[in-house]
Amino acid sequence: MDKVNFHFDIDGDNFTSAGEASVRIKKMLREMGFTPEIIRRVSVAMYEGEINMVIHANGGDADVNVYCDRIEIILSDRGPGIPNIELAMQEGYSTAPDNIRSLGFGAGMGLPNMKRYTDDMTIESEVGKGTTITMTVNV
Amino acid sequence: MTVKELAETCNFEILCMPDETREVRGGYAGDLLSWVMGKLDADYAWVTIMSNVNIVAVATLADPACIILSEGVAPDEGVLARAEAQGINLLSANKSTFEVCAKLASVL
Repeated sequence: MDKVNFHFDIDGDNFTSAGEASVRIKKMLREMGFTPEIIRRVSVAMYEGEINMVIHANGGDADVNVYCDRIEIILSDRGPGIPNIELAMQEGYSTAPDNIRSLGFGAGMGLPNMKRYTDDMTIESEVGKGTTITMTVNV
Repeated sequence: MTVKELAETCNFEILCMPDETREVRGGYAGDLLSWVMGKLDADYAWVTIMSNVNIVAVATLADPACIILSEGVAPDEGVLARAEAQGINLLSANKSTFEVCAKLASVL
């Protein structure tokens, strides 16, 4: 099946530009004619992932694949990995440092929001090697 | 009620208002950005004390009618320009978050 791919390099050092890929995806999906609800779900889920990569993994790669029946978001980093995925999925659990929390992040809602806003989410993570998260929103 | 009418009615200061005809249909207060992303509805007024540039990204994605900085908080450098560029209405109020929300609830 044909797909349209958007690729972004997520800059791990820049909190000022964090979220730019999500904002660009939002605009692209709007131009492609998706409903506001679909656009919101994709862009919020992607933003949370983007922020996680900036906070924890010094950035990474984001790919958004748009198919006729679904939108797939693949976030891949070479960060420290997630030792306990079940724990990380709990609302309120966060390992973000204090300086990040002072910016309003680290509520422990990132991964739960990503799951909530998507129809399917899989996390592949290896400690010391990195994490790949694949999310799907059906359209 | 439009954002402009809201600002005038509640005596909120307008920091930038690139979309003054935007309708406001509710309010939400919160400072933890992921929490806000999960809860804030489109077209709501978002009350917060967070003043860094990331509030503009959150607003761009969650699509509130405006951000209201409460407690007399001033936006960090660069926030106004970013908000203007992204079409985000930004207000401020020299009142507590509670007072701002009470005012919103009384007029919306």
